[in-house]
Amino acid sequence: MALSSDGLALRLAETDNVAVALRRIATGSSIVFGDLAVVASEEIAPGHKIALRTIDAGEAVVKYGETMGRATVRIAAGSHAHVHNIEGIRGRGDLAAAGSR
Amino acid sequence: MQFSGYRRPNGTVGVRNHVLVLPSVMCANHVVELIGKRVPGVVPIAHPTGCSQIGADFEQTKRTLAGFAANPNVAACLVVGLGCETNESKALARAIAERGQRVEVIGIQEEGGSTATIARGVGLAKDLLRESERCERAPAQVSDLILGTECGGSDAFSGITANPALGRASDRVVAEGGTVILAEIPELVGAEHLLGRRAEPGVRERLYELVERVEARAAAMHVDIRGGNPAPGNIAGGITTLEEKSLGCIYKGGSSVLREVIEYAERPSQKGLVVMDTPGQDIEQMTGMVAGGAQVVVFTTGRGTPTGSPIAPVIKVATNTPTFEKMRENMDVNAGDVLDGNRTIDEVGDEIFAWIVDAANGKQTAAEILEFRDFAINRIGPSF
Repeated sequence: MALSSDGLALRLAETDNVAVALRRIATGSSIVFGDLAVVASEEIAPGHKIALRTIDAGEAVVKYGETMGRATVRIAAGSHAHVHNIEGIRGRGDLAAAGSR
Repeated sequence: MQFSGYRRPNGTVGVRNHVLVLPSVMCANHVVELIGKRVPGVVPIAHPTGCSQIGADFEQTKRTLAGFAANPNVAACLVVGLGCETNESKALARAIAERGQRVEVIGIQEEGGSTATIARGVGLAKDLLRESERCERAPAQVSDLILGTECGGSDAFSGITANPALGRASDRVVAEGGTVILAEIPELVGAEHLLGRRAEPGVRERLYELVERVEARAAAMHVDIRGGNPAPGNIAGGITTLEEKSLGCIYKGGSSVLREVIEYAERPSQKGLVVMDTPGQDIEQMTGMVAGGAQVVVFTTGRGTPTGSPIAPVIKVATNTPTFEKMRENMDVNAGDVLDGNRTIDEVGDEIFAWIVDAANGKQTAAEILEFRDFAINRIGPSF
């Protein structure tokens, strides 16, 4: 677990490609974890996630060091990572239905 | 560690000394309510079940009602039936008595109407209340406790502050020889492998079966679980997927070996960490754990919720300071201190453990002071 240099964001595991905003991250803020630095391209509300690197469509979104879903579109580093660009992989009865048709 | 509790004839230890007035069927709800109004001090509850139920769904309802009435926090129970219901009131009373609980039973049809039933019920409830007043607190151990753990109205901080802090308290309860229930199977989806890694042989397979069952239900319904869980408030709070919610949720159980997987409302047969098959829906989950014998519940919340049990203290832990302050009257502990840099997770965990012991000793939680008495039985089949 690591806190960004300004204490605004928390990365829960080294392998995570998203970090959690602990307080509101304003557009243009730099979020720095050691050698890794991203600039917030939009405002991130507390509790919401910022992409720490570009995540391609279909790629796993990793938080707590575990897969928490996959990107539905390309998520640019520094952007808000949430339901508009991430879907769950598990509990997807809708996909099971689509597959059976 | 010691606390002072009510030793029951069946060997269990209560932390409260309630007299419960329980309808065997929803048709008796209002009679129960009116008995409750006339006898301050008893705990009346209402529920929409008990008739036209079959199979596993009916068994689960019966197990829940009997388990709830026999929870050690209940000194005695008055069952009120109608007379023609599927869930026969006398059979329910027998099931409660077989669990070693003091019970009386009356029926509206047998008594000849609601007025006569209320009059008889008032008399019996007063008798049971007088009997219960003879129970006195005596020394007991944390090893006598079953702790129910729950998160509801979660946000992204649940998995960062309150749930890890509750996990520390859960580990302490287990270290003292007590039992901790982790539940809400839908909120294990995507995190079950982390729990499975520290499960005893045979238990892991059972855990995975329950998780698969939840996903199979969503598949049979052709829907994404995300339509209902995470809920809109969870999503507003930063939780994006069910897996993400689960990864934060499992911290509540701490780091102990998983000893057992039990049915909804089933009493654990093992000490240590157990998983109960409940839905994520708050009230049904809490009712299942209390019916399984949990005397104390710790409930973490990011968005804020007033939920309380009719018979068990529910300790409310806020995940963030804004929610703690905004809903101050409904909260007991502020894990938001971790985010604010004022306390560590271990320190909040210590406060939660101290709260568990204090609540067991009789300290009233916010939900008790505000008289929240939520009760709902998880249905697993339709009414016929």
